Amino acid sequence: MRIGVVTFPGSLDDVDAARAVRLAGAEAVALWHADHDLRGVDAVVLPGGFSYGDYLRAGAIAARAPMMADVVDRARRGMPVLGICNGFQVLCEAGLLPGALTRNGHLHFRNRDQALRVERADTAWTNAYEPGQEVVVPVKNGEGRYVAAPADLDRLEGEGLVAVRYAGGNPNGSLRDIAGVSSADGRVVGLMPHPEHAVEDLTGPSTDGLGFFTSVLTAVVAA
Amino acid sequence: MSTVDTVAHARATPDVEQPYGELGLRSDEYHRIRDILGRRPTTAELAMYSVMWSEHCSYKSSKVHLRRFGDLPRSEALLVGIGENAGVVDVGDGYAVTFKVESHNHPSYVEPYQGAATGVGGIVRDILTMGARPVAVMDSLRFGRADAPDTARVLPGVVAGVGGYGNCLGLPNIGGELLFDECYAGNPLVNALCVGVMRHEDVHLARAEGAGNTVVLFGARTGGDGIGGVSVLASETFDEHGPAKRPSVQVGDPFTEKLLIEACLELFAQDLVTGIQDLGGAGLSCATSELASAGTGGMHVDLDRVPLRDPTLTPAEILMSESQERMCAIVEPGKVEAFLAVCARWDVLATVVGEVTDGDRLTVDWHGQRIVDVPPRTVAHEGPVYDRPMRRPADLDDLQADDPAALPRPETPEQLAAHWLAVVASPDGADKTWVTEQYDRYVRGNTVLAHPDDAGLVRIDEDSSRGIALALDGNGRYARLDPYAGTQLNLAEAYRNVAVSGAWPLAVTNCLNFGSPEEPEVMWQFAEAVRGLADGCRELGLPVTGGNVSLYNQTGDVAINPTPVVGVLGVHDDVRRRVPTGWRAAGETVLLLGVTRPELGGSAWASVAHGHLGGRPPAVDLAAERSLGELLAALGREGVVTSAHDLADGGLAQALAESALRYGTGATLALGEDPFTALFSESAARAVVTTTDPEAVRVTAEWAGVPVTELGTTGGDRLAVEGVAELPLAELRAAWSATLPALFGTPEATVGSVPAGTVPTS
Repeated sequence: MRIGVVTFPGSLDDVDAARAVRLAGAEAVALWHADHDLRGVDAVVLPGGFSYGDYLRAGAIAARAPMMADVVDRARRGMPVLGICNGFQVLCEAGLLPGALTRNGHLHFRNRDQALRVERADTAWTNAYEPGQEVVVPVKNGEGRYVAAPADLDRLEGEGLVAVRYAGGNPNGSLRDIAGVSSADGRVVGLMPHPEHAVEDLTGPSTDGLGFFTSVLTAVVAA
Repeated sequence: MSTVDTVAHARATPDVEQPYGELGLRSDEYHRIRDILGRRPTTAELAMYSVMWSEHCSYKSSKVHLRRFGDLPRSEALLVGIGENAGVVDVGDGYAVTFKVESHNHPSYVEPYQGAATGVGGIVRDILTMGARPVAVMDSLRFGRADAPDTARVLPGVVAGVGGYGNCLGLPNIGGELLFDECYAGNPLVNALCVGVMRHEDVHLARAEGAGNTVVLFGARTGGDGIGGVSVLASETFDEHGPAKRPSVQVGDPFTEKLLIEACLELFAQDLVTGIQDLGGAGLSCATSELASAGTGGMHVDLDRVPLRDPTLTPAEILMSESQERMCAIVEPGKVEAFLAVCARWDVLATVVGEVTDGDRLTVDWHGQRIVDVPPRTVAHEGPVYDRPMRRPADLDDLQADDPAALPRPETPEQLAAHWLAVVASPDGADKTWVTEQYDRYVRGNTVLAHPDDAGLVRIDEDSSRGIALALDGNGRYARLDPYAGTQLNLAEAYRNVAVSGAWPLAVTNCLNFGSPEEPEVMWQFAEAVRGLADGCRELGLPVTGGNVSLYNQTGDVAINPTPVVGVLGVHDDVRRRVPTGWRAAGETVLLLGVTRPELGGSAWASVAHGHLGGRPPAVDLAAERSLGELLAALGREGVVTSAHDLADGGLAQALAESALRYGTGATLALGEDPFTALFSESAARAVVTTTDPEAVRVTAEWAGVPVTELGTTGGDRLAVEGVAELPLAELRAAWSATLPALFGTPEATVGSVPAGTVPTS
């Protein structure tokens, strides 16, 4: 199984995402923002970082990179895509996921080990978890406050598109404690916390994050 | 275009008055430049000499003392020594590590965010220049009183700047210091450290070699930022319609620097670079003169080819601009095309601006007219050197005689507990999460230990689990009382912090923050600190790989406490055997390693309880530090300790509180007949460890010659110490963690969430 990790100018956690993919048992394939070549991957991770320096809006320029046209096209036909942090911002800017991420309520960058509740355990990226399972993974961002219009939030909740929610404290003021959302078909997931930083005992607060990367192996095989 | 002050014009007009004084040059220095050139300098040359002969670039007051570091015995671990952008150390398995700490004190006071941000940016480029991939940063910060209004202006901006730049570069921040003292009120200290890793064969040096090779400037465009005194030049000598006064603090763009890092590493990997230098202080003046001076021949630059952000800049301003995120490389002509292609792939602007020449002159042209023609060594390496007068501070005898032993002590169990709480909840002792939460500690996925652990520990090889440990420590109080011993205590503390993580100390860097060198008493403090550090390194067998000197840290005629900040690098053969600092499990034995004496001079207790600074700092015993280091390394290897915490500021009181609060495990302890001294003495060469096998620790400690005292057992939800009123951890935590948020703003309540690093990592 080949899982692509896209590097944009300013991507930072691409090495971490690739490591997580490998630890989950898949092959990590480096994808370059300026190419139109998905190199035959089965799924794609958009990693964290500050693509294009967060200029204009976080994720706004990356969403228009050549590679993203291919990613969006394939995602609409069911290819699993995971956006982490800046990758989540890119997915929202690209129109693959609803809502937007704004400056944290307290205006600070915040890095902490964060408890999350997996609300939906049937997406391509969360099926290794039990519904309602609590996990601890790092969160680190300056613009991670999830917002959407009240009606859209109601729709998200009603359709079960909230994938993960902050538990035991909301680190950035996200509406309804939303940490991550999924597309209606469950193939595209975006979240602000960093599961790729919780894949080894040695370097993470837990290994709880690995489940995101093992989930997709099942999802691709099942598809 | 205005008239340009060419070399020919300078020759023809020897009597033109030049504003050397406004540029910071003394009259005798100006006349020395005239003697070197045999004529008056052009405006551009004067600009170059003035910035390169500044204290910051030339080390003119400190050089005669810093030679002591070069005189240390050659260490086998040292691959590249002092004099390059940063020293390089062999850490085994073919890996080399380069690390350095630098100050950005004054800019951070003027403009806290950008000052601190560009401080990080500058030190990262120094590390990159050596050929290494930067892998982590640390920051050592000092401010005025925590409750002073100006501290509330400066601190949040500095922290946001350190975080903003480092986070955006993708470098984990693995530790540092945050301390407060009135003496830093008008002069905060912002020292940033960066560490980088490479293979031995990848070491690059800042040399312009090979006539005909190309000089390429790459990275950001050059703007008017960071030009201090040169605006004087612009207004007095040049075009009166030129740019107005510019902010003298540089503005950082970490995104551009991230691209520069990736582009440089690709250029190194493809062997496209002969020599390389970053543009930091003194900008292009520094990079061109240092590259040429360190190389074999001369260099020629066509200054009008430099890409500008502001087309109205004068040649002198371009030479002095400290615009960030720029590098200068020497490239063989046949490789220029490939070089430019790599830069283009990373959207990095790269421009050929000159070439290495046969001669021994650095020449610069502006639209075909010669405006600089100088011997580069006289600019870069042969600046003025001063052996300034020194005098032991007149107040030192009185200060040392003012022994804190005479201070009233807490006597009842309740008083002891209250003092304990006060030390731990003081701004220096308090939880630093409010700061460290603003830093990314996880990026790159190799951070094994970070704040609040005693040392940062980074894995450098995922297959072998080889890693490096770093600690950065300073104590201005000790150094004020005795700069020689105080500096050795700083060295000892950093050494100990590296050792408690289980790593073996290998090399030293330093950032020496002092007042004005023109004050004989400050110069004496400086000389004593350097002598102390050099002697200490000799005794511990550690090389000094480089460092930075920051002088003129004073407000009016009041200097800061002498503040040497010492960084120690250690190597860890297998980071999976690292030793963390907190207590996790109940029922483990708590042991104190080392000897406690009644030593309270310069202590946190004297400062917090009495606002007192006097007496002598704790005795230095580097042989004992070495034995303790060997013991801790052995205990780590044997895997017989579950935690280790060094004892430093705040003594055992601070170490016990931090160990207990880390994972919320208390202890029941007996500290002997004098719990006051046991808690608050700051005797050096001590650490507290926990173990399930105290006998094994005792046996190894005996081998190492380190005394062991059993203090008690972990467990429970309080620190219960015989003779001291019980401290429930909840009360301790509330006091310890409330201090900084109360001072610097409480973001929205996040009750119940887990601060980074508090969840056990295995």
